[in-house]
Amino acid sequence: MSWNRHVPGLSGPRLDRTAKTTVAFLAIVVALFFVLPFVGLAQRAVENGGFWDLATHRQTREALWLSLWTSTTTATLAAVFGTPLAYALSRSRFPGKVVVDGLVDLPIVLPPTVAGVALLTAFGRRGLLGEPIDSLTGYTFGFSTTAVIMAQMLVSAPFFFRAARSGFDAIDPQIERVAYTLGASRTRTFLRITLPQAWPALLAGIVLCWARSMGELGATLIFAGNLEGKTQTMPLAIIEAFSGSALGLDGAIVLSLILLGVALAVLTLFRAVAARGLRQP
Amino acid sequence: MRLQLRRRPSLVLVLAAVLATALALLTAACGSDDSKDAPAASPDTAGTTAPTPTPAKVTLQGDITVFAAASLTDAFKELGKAFEAANPGTHVTFNFGASSALATQIDQGQPGDVFASADSANMKKVADKNLAGPPVIFATNIPVVVVPASGSPVKAFEDLVKPGVKLVLAAPAVPIGNYSRTIFTNASAASGGISADFSEKALANLKSNEADVRAVLAKVQTGEADAGIVYATDAAVAGAQVKTVPIPEKYNVIARYPIATLTESGHAEVAAGFIAFVLSDAGQAILQKYGFGH
Repeated sequence: MSWNRHVPGLSGPRLDRTAKTTVAFLAIVVALFFVLPFVGLAQRAVENGGFWDLATHRQTREALWLSLWTSTTTATLAAVFGTPLAYALSRSRFPGKVVVDGLVDLPIVLPPTVAGVALLTAFGRRGLLGEPIDSLTGYTFGFSTTAVIMAQMLVSAPFFFRAARSGFDAIDPQIERVAYTLGASRTRTFLRITLPQAWPALLAGIVLCWARSMGELGATLIFAGNLEGKTQTMPLAIIEAFSGSALGLDGAIVLSLILLGVALAVLTLFRAVAARGLRQP
Repeated sequence: MRLQLRRRPSLVLVLAAVLATALALLTAACGSDDSKDAPAASPDTAGTTAPTPTPAKVTLQGDITVFAAASLTDAFKELGKAFEAANPGTHVTFNFGASSALATQIDQGQPGDVFASADSANMKKVADKNLAGPPVIFATNIPVVVVPASGSPVKAFEDLVKPGVKLVLAAPAVPIGNYSRTIFTNASAASGGISADFSEKALANLKSNEADVRAVLAKVQTGEADAGIVYATDAAVAGAQVKTVPIPEKYNVIARYPIATLTESGHAEVAAGFIAFVLSDAGQAILQKYGFGH
């Protein structure tokens, strides 16, 4: 559908041209700003050479694998726990709901390093829950891969939750009521009516949450630490390479490109799947 | 007519306004950049670009950026204030971080005027590319083991190899991370060492490679780690939150801090003035107050 047909200000042919030129100019400026840094990375990687050696370096492979599986776990957990909660929050009416909505979004505003410190105060060795767990079982979260997932969860899950909420909000509750009057149970209605309709929004939320987890750095550094093969995800390996690890600055650039490439592939795949899901009635 | 004017070109007007604002901001940003970093030479040509001396002035005038090792954070902040007080026309901005990360930033053309590194290796990286002038050692520091005050299985240096100890070090490229590993190697040296596998066992307890010395300290302060290796000056900053376990002198190293002006400095005379101040009695007194030696 063409949007400009319904906008009166854009109807005249002369204005149309002015608007188009302006939009084209803005697009070029924006494109330069967003594309040039990536072009710079790629150019530097080509210039430096040794891409393949750095890309297949043990540290690179370990970091990429760790990033992929922790991010996928985080996104899955966010979807499993977040979907019912987002639905409940979307359908319920209670005083102070605005406050709850705000609280849910809060981690988005939180700087990741602060999120890391917050995690320490709760689950750290001297934390509210971490201390009793440590003294009872001897288990500590810090420096473990579990801590990596927890850090990603706190920072990324709100992105899924937000998307899921607006997905459920967009569905007319009237349709669910019709299903109930036709004798469908609440669970059946949710699975057969609500979920399929909210699916594109949920999928978008999962992708956002996954992508944010792939890029998570600050909270992971503070709460999980940085050790190859255990807590060193791609962003951590990149930062360490930047400050002079064995991979060096060339390695930091190659790792960044791999992270971007893998993320782009996954995001495109998801988008294609989502688009197909949308077309099906 | 007024109605028409209002209705039709509204979108274009908005776009034009946005564009004008964006352009204004862009040019403003560029303008201020130009004036600040006057000789914005690329790293390749740096060797040939001599800092342009301004006509003889009685007083120093200008803003400088000092790239300084993370361990210098507190001492240099005070030093900077004292320098500004002594030279009213100057302003000092600091960029603290691991010396290795700072060296990379300088190498990548980040504008700065002075580099104070916690080891000679990272200063050499910068000097080898003709990005810094001749360095002078201005301070020394001693690595120590820190443990949380709330309790730790590490009571002595030898305890670092106890199974289950959560040890945190700075990454190997970071000066203190490099010093830490040298100390371990010294402790496992065949003659007079603690045991041949000391280094191997201690590194098996390593839980995290931190970005800089202050990150190591934070991990110990929060009690997440049982032990970490930082400088004596960092341990002093942490106060009662940590306890210090000395490293036996025969295994320990002395950290020497070199300082140099950066070749691309836009205010070379202020940069040189700052270094002179660091080396002066007043500057050395501040460094001593924070536990640095010379």
